[in-house]
Amino acid sequence: MENLLTLAISAILINNIVLSQFLGICPFLGVSRKKDSAIGMGLAVIFVIVGASILSYLLYHLVLDPLDIEYMNLISFILVIASFVQFTEMFIKKYSPSLYKSLGIYLPLITTNCAVLYVALANITSGYNFVEMITYSIAVPVGFMLVLIIFSYIRERLDIAPVPKAFKGNPVALIVAALMAIAFSGLAGLV
Amino acid sequence: MAKEMWENFKSGFVKENPVFALYLGICSVLAITTTLNNALGMGITVTIVLILANTIVSLLRKITPNEIRIPVYIVIISTLVKSSELLIKAYAPTLDTALGVFIPLIVVNCIILGRAEAYASKHSVIESAVDGLGKGLGYTFGLIIMSVIRQVLGTGVLNLTNPFTGNMIFEIQIIPADYVISVFTQAVGAFLTFALIAAAVSALNARKQTKGAK
Repeated sequence: MENLLTLAISAILINNIVLSQFLGICPFLGVSRKKDSAIGMGLAVIFVIVGASILSYLLYHLVLDPLDIEYMNLISFILVIASFVQFTEMFIKKYSPSLYKSLGIYLPLITTNCAVLYVALANITSGYNFVEMITYSIAVPVGFMLVLIIFSYIRERLDIAPVPKAFKGNPVALIVAALMAIAFSGLAGLV
Repeated sequence: MAKEMWENFKSGFVKENPVFALYLGICSVLAITTTLNNALGMGITVTIVLILANTIVSLLRKITPNEIRIPVYIVIISTLVKSSELLIKAYAPTLDTALGVFIPLIVVNCIILGRAEAYASKHSVIESAVDGLGKGLGYTFGLIIMSVIRQVLGTGVLNLTNPFTGNMIFEIQIIPADYVISVFTQAVGAFLTFALIAAAVSALNARKQTKGAK
């Protein structure tokens, strides 16, 4: 139990997927302009990562490993992820058309969110058992969502701040990310 | 025709640099640019995958059904990436340990899927291959700039080793070891360097545009 807690805290705060592993930066910059879409995106990513990780974990241990074709991992995982994202897209479109609109192009692009493939691969290479795999697959996107929401609050303030012309848009957002990375690196002593 | 291809090739370096102007594939840019070695290794791998992926997508563009084109592209790209991962593991093991998970993550590098969808699916084989080379070199160029700044400021040393043999090609001490700013090798330095270069590119493009308007 203690092990799982350490694993979760380190995945959420210390080795945060965005600020220390640099994964999932595209949606981090793309959908962080408004709080609502940041929350929606965060939930969608949690759903996709947990679902895709479980499927690819089972696929690896029940099919690829017994058949000795581990080298097919990349190709099969990305197909699992792509179909799972398609499924999520259909689901959101049906149940929350307004969220579907606000996420726009970034919804199908969850497929190319490197965080998803990274978690699926890391579950295998780290040799997690099933419970650890589930914990890790939930903790990573929770960390993503946490940073995304904090970032969207800062960006809403940034819209009314006087920013030099060349820094408008993404460059200043990256400076904010750098400052957040400093803040998060202070948490490294937690575990 | 040839001129158009050259213009397209050139635009990848500054004006439409995939990294600093279009913000594509920045995850790997931020993560692996701690040393020049990693940047060159990653840049060359991505360029080769990009050329081959563009060529194959373009070859198949007439027989790929429109509805399932994205899955087809993804299978092509992940096959190429897996092959290069295995080749790097076999022939350049030091590069493999340095880049780690970022080699398989080339699959989800938006540049490759983006070029397949936006360019290779509509253009001839040669045009697509040249486009892949141009955008790949533009990406490598971005990686080199980032890594040189970060390695020099963060460690004071600039060096390059041959990944196949492990021999040192050159090594220069630029800043004395007492004056290095080690934060540049960490996450903060990556975001900060990237933000400043992106701002410079946007200022450069804005200046060109106002000049063009006059």
